[in-house]
Amino acid sequence: MTSSEDFRRELLESGLLVDGGVRGLYHRSFAFEAIARGVEGYVSAAGRDDGPRQLYFPPITTRATLEGSGYLASFPDLVGAVSSFSGAERELPEVLRRAAEGGAWEELLTPTEVALCSAACHPLYPLLVDESLPVEGTLFETQACCFRHEPSDDPARMQSFRQHEFVYVGSPDGALAHRDTWLARGASLLAALGLDVATVVANDPFFGRAGQLLAAGQREKELKYEIVAPISSDTPGAISSANFHEDHFGVAFDLSLDDASVAHTACIGFGLERISLALLHRHGLLVEAWPDEVRASLGLGAPRGAEATS
Amino acid sequence: MRDVDTTIREVLEAHGRLSGSALSLKDDDDLYQRGLASHASVNVMLALEDAFDVEFPDSLLRRDTFRSVASMREALGTLGVGQAEG
Repeated sequence: MTSSEDFRRELLESGLLVDGGVRGLYHRSFAFEAIARGVEGYVSAAGRDDGPRQLYFPPITTRATLEGSGYLASFPDLVGAVSSFSGAERELPEVLRRAAEGGAWEELLTPTEVALCSAACHPLYPLLVDESLPVEGTLFETQACCFRHEPSDDPARMQSFRQHEFVYVGSPDGALAHRDTWLARGASLLAALGLDVATVVANDPFFGRAGQLLAAGQREKELKYEIVAPISSDTPGAISSANFHEDHFGVAFDLSLDDASVAHTACIGFGLERISLALLHRHGLLVEAWPDEVRASLGLGAPRGAEATS
Repeated sequence: MRDVDTTIREVLEAHGRLSGSALSLKDDDDLYQRGLASHASVNVMLALEDAFDVEFPDSLLRRDTFRSVASMREALGTLGVGQAEG
């Protein structure tokens, strides 16, 4: 049995991750990053035949996206909005005085037009407002560095992490099919890396009492599935989630299909850091000693015993 | 005290974003079939709490509680709403 405390200590001692100074903030070694990028390439390749339109989003998005997506309403305790100093120079000393005394200098900042990205599909939807969206659906592959304010000592719960997503925008049936196809495909892909995966019905951590009702509805309608595996301890956690959003984002962002019906959406998100951690948990911290087929799948150098010939 | 059924229908009319008028609903009509979305059901829940000055306990924060006018009336009944008129 390993606990997440033990695993965290091992990760830090090995240098794979570096403590960023507050709970849930980690710097990545190049070795860790190589795994994450290997996972990225591995899942991306699985969607290549579908010919998705591909977009990398920056770690910030518009404040309007955070509001419009419903994320602010449903997860106010997880969001991050960006503020900056917009005062006159004579007002700066007070900011610095407060900072020097450990006071609340941020109160003197002004909210900007940007917020930290919460999910790798959210920045996509506002882009599609004026697009022609065929009923049979459009596929997208997106990635973003996401922020969730949930400080924790469990390395599986980072405040900043990457989601790699495959998103469908189209009909209700198409969206559900996308979700189900990718759920099976994702579970198969992750199992092929040696992970002990299972798929389970899940719910998002909606905020408050209203959130309890939303979560219960999400479960009853089986809108959200997670692919779970041991990540930082023997207790399984989500390394991927496959979601049918119904017309939530279609209504929120006024997305109409070519037949004038409201767009339905679905996505699968792969957590690059969590999958990397799950691999380290499963195969050990020494990547060179991982099974050859896993290393080959992730493009992590030559297999064991294959010496350089030069 | 306002008629409980009427208040429920008015709340649905204002917050349910249903496909037709809530005022002509039958007691057992399935509201989810009539377009009651998850987020709208939350607004209905909050508006009912406001209207009747009650708080739904966790055990009632389920999809079935808000499935029909009848199910809402029954849930509110367990909180003492409408009992005096019985």
